[in-house]
Formats: sequence, C-alpha cells, structure tokens
Amino acid sequence: MGIRVPAMVLAVWLLPLQVSAQATGPSGQAMAQTCYVCHGPAGKSDGPIASLAGLPRDHIVRQMADFKADRRPGTIMNRIAKGYSDEQIAAIADFIATLK
Amino acid sequence: MTTTRRSLLKTAGAAAGLGVIGMPALAQGAAGKIVIVGAGFGGATTARYLKRANPALDVTVVERDDRYVTCPFSNYVIAGFRKLDDLTHSFDGLRKAGIKVVKGEATAIDTATRSVSLGDGTKHAYDRLVVSPGVDLSFTGVPGYSEAAAEKMPHAWKAGPQTLLLRRQLEAMPDGGTFILCAPANPFRCPPGPYERVSVVAWYLKTSKPKSKILVLDAKDVFSKQGLFQAAWESEFPGMVTWIAGKDGGKVESVDPASMTVKSGFGSETGAVINVIPPQRAGAIAHAAGLVGDNGWCPVDPMTFASTRAANVYVVGDAAVAGAMPKSGSSANTQGKVVAAAIVASLAGRTPGAPALFNICYSLVTPEYGISTTDVYQVSDKGITTTPNAGGVSVRTPTTLNERKLEAEYTVNWYKSITADVWA
Repeated sequence: MGIRVPAMVLAVWLLPLQVSAQATGPSGQAMAQTCYVCHGPAGKSDGPIASLAGLPRDHIVRQMADFKADRRPGTIMNRIAKGYSDEQIAAIADFIATLK
Repeated sequence: MTTTRRSLLKTAGAAAGLGVIGMPALAQGAAGKIVIVGAGFGGATTARYLKRANPALDVTVVERDDRYVTCPFSNYVIAGFRKLDDLTHSFDGLRKAGIKVVKGEATAIDTATRSVSLGDGTKHAYDRLVVSPGVDLSFTGVPGYSEAAAEKMPHAWKAGPQTLLLRRQLEAMPDGGTFILCAPANPFRCPPGPYERVSVVAWYLKTSKPKSKILVLDAKDVFSKQGLFQAAWESEFPGMVTWIAGKDGGKVESVDPASMTVKSGFGSETGAVINVIPPQRAGAIAHAAGLVGDNGWCPVDPMTFASTRAANVYVVGDAAVAGAMPKSGSSANTQGKVVAAAIVASLAGRTPGAPALFNICYSLVTPEYGISTTDVYQVSDKGITTTPNAGGVSVRTPTTLNERKLEAEYTVNWYKSITADVWA
C-alpha cells in the first residue's frame, strides 16, 4: 500500500494539515483562560454565571455553536461566541474538559 | 500528594539558581527571577499565572500599598450600595501561591544591569521585569485643578479616600443641588466608568434627593456604551441628566474650587458637588524608566506585551498601548496571562504561542440594571484589533429574557470571578 496514492486522496489528506498550519492562533488553554474573568478561576464560578469546570467537551462545543448561531438566547455569550472559529471553539472545549 | 508536590517544588524553586536538573518543575520551563511592579489587575494576574505555569520561577511583586482597592465597583461605594472594604483585596493569596510581595515604591529601573530600585534604597535584580503601574492623574491637564483642589473637587478615579470623599459630599448635598462630572478625552482608565458613575449617582439622587440634577461636561463627542447609557438615563431618571459633548462646549476650560465653578464652552456652571476626572498617563515608574512614547503611554509588542523601548521588560494593563483594547481590569487580566506565557517561553528559549486577548466591561445603571460591552481581539501586523462581526454592546431592546436584570447579576458575579482569579 502507499506506492500509488491517487492525487485526490492525497489532497484531501493534506487539507487539514494546511488549514491548521495557516491558523496558528492561540492555544485552547490560552483562549480558555480568558473565560475565567467571568466564569471564575479554573472555570469555577461562585454565582449565577455557569461554572465551566466539569462540563463535557461536546456539551461546550454544542452550547458555543448554539450561541454563535443565535439558536440559544443569551445576554453576552452570543456576542462572545461569534469571536471564535469552530476550530477555536473545539480547542477551548478540549481544554475546559480537562478542568476538574 | 499536594504537600509532597508542593514541598518538592519549593525545593526546586530555592535551588533553581544552582541549576538542579531532573526536577519535575524544571521540565516545564527554565527557571528565572521575575520582578513585577504593581499588584493590581495586570501585575497580580501575571504573577499568579507565571507561578502556575512554572512553580520553579522566583516571582517578586513590588507594591506600595498593603492592600489593593479596585476601581471597579468603586462607583457603587459612591452611590452607597457597596462598602470600600468589599473592594479591598489583601495579598495573602499571592503569598500563598509562593509569590514574594515586597512593600515599596519602584523609583528607578536599570535595564542594562537588570535591576529595580525601590524608594528605601533596596535593589531587586531580575531576568524579566513586568511593569504594571496603572495610571497617574495629570492634575495640570485641567487649569485650576491640582492635588489640593481634588480635596474639594474629588476625582475619585483612584479608589480609596477619594471615593469616600465623593460619597460624603453627595450625602451632604442638599436636595435640588447640581452634581457636575467632568469627563476626560480618550484614552483614560475605564472608558464606561464616568457614565456608570453618572448612572448610579442618578439612582442615588432619584431615591434620596429627587430634585437634584446632573450635568456631564465631556471633552469627547462619543463615549462607551453611549446609546445604552443615554436610553437608560431617559427611562430610569427622566430629566435628571444633561450630557454636553465636546463639540457643544463640554470640554472644560478651567475649574475654580473656591467658587465651585467649572468654565467650559457651555458657560460657567456652579455645582454643589463637582467630580473632575483629569487626563491620565502611564504610572510614574514607566516614565522614569523611559518606557513611554510621546503620548505618555508605553508602546509594546502586541504579541507578547514586551516593551519596544527596553529589552527583558514587559508592560501590562492601563499603562500599555494595547490597540483596540480599553484600559480595564478585564483587559489587564487577559494581558497578564499573555505576558506570563510569553515570559515562560522566553526563559525557555521558545517562541511564545499566539496571544488570546479578550475584554468584558460590565456597568450598572442601577443595582438591578446592568449593561455590557465585550470584544475578542486579534493580533496581526495591524496590531490588536477587534474580531469583526463579534463582540459589542448589550441588546438595545430587552426581551423576555430580562437582559438588564441578568446582566446586573452577572456584573456582581464578574467581580467575584475576576478578583478571585487575581488575588484570592
């Protein structure tokens, strides 16, 4: 296997790599840490703002996507979610899911 | 586990200068001595996130006060629904995190020998220096104003005795008196701050001295969350607040504390209580160390907040020129995290990752009525800019979600969260 790789397969295989190389934005951790300003240190909030620590990754991705598309009403998260690409949201969620 | 790990790290920290190898902390990055000037939002955040990223780092914060009193929420002390104690934060949390807190005023920085001098003559050597001095008020920026005049016409733009003075004056003001607030030109600390102050003072006057008026004399033609504030003034305190834009004569020409008058293009106005918020510049140590540009603020590399004027020096918070970011506690908090990551990378000889910069400014109009402005920032060759089609201010017309009430609750939660992140 692998002697002759059809050009199309190769192109598809290379695509994600090219995209991630172009989008060398902030790390998931760096972006997630900016959430603490409201959601509390290490994602633990003491009050009506939701704690993030302990939330499953896919839940975070879904909520952010819903805020971004205005499917979920909110006061401020709709405005904030629109500031991140889907890839960035996934990276943020990956990191937040590690918070205990 | 915690105790073992902590004591191990303490040993690593103490021995770091001797080049101990194989300690787990050292695997995370190279050790080094970092001195931070200022234990406010920017400085204290940087200290905590440095220590968190690499516990082996030797982190010293130089701070002139025993405690930090936040400007955020000080407007609520002026309006009478918060106490100054609620806004006062000790440095015990920093110390518990293994950060040294040295009381003193940084008076000089020698960037050649990498040393900070304090007022008492002591010197602190550093590998990397973080300067987070906040703002100094430019008393000469308003003719007739001075530090002495501020005892009669408070600025209350540094939380503490000035905050309490303005509170006492408002309490003593007779019903039917005029409160005059003089707002400065951009840039200044906390862009929505003067207008939040007008709002919560109006709330206090409406309930306690309803015949009173508020006159805002502004050097600017536009201000932060303007549409939301002006709509709220109209709906919550009809007829009480008059705002005069700079183009309509709002720019103050001079003040006279003896006669309690303010002269502007709008005329000569006498107030029962006068709040003069003067122009501002980067804190004195930034000037003494040559870190400021012609505009009185510190230019930095937007990727790392490294000073463009001195090697191994970073400037964070209000003193820095941070493109589209406002001078706010939230800005300083996210900048501090960027600086911490940049220093850890720099000590390890690595290129730091891209910075994640964000801001949120909540304001209360009344204790039950909150509004916000927020932005996610991008860093490019154009500097720090807002992400298009994102961020911005609260919804103009509230829905059944009851946004104003929710954002009032979130304002209080934001304060708890950010101050815990910085000082707890």
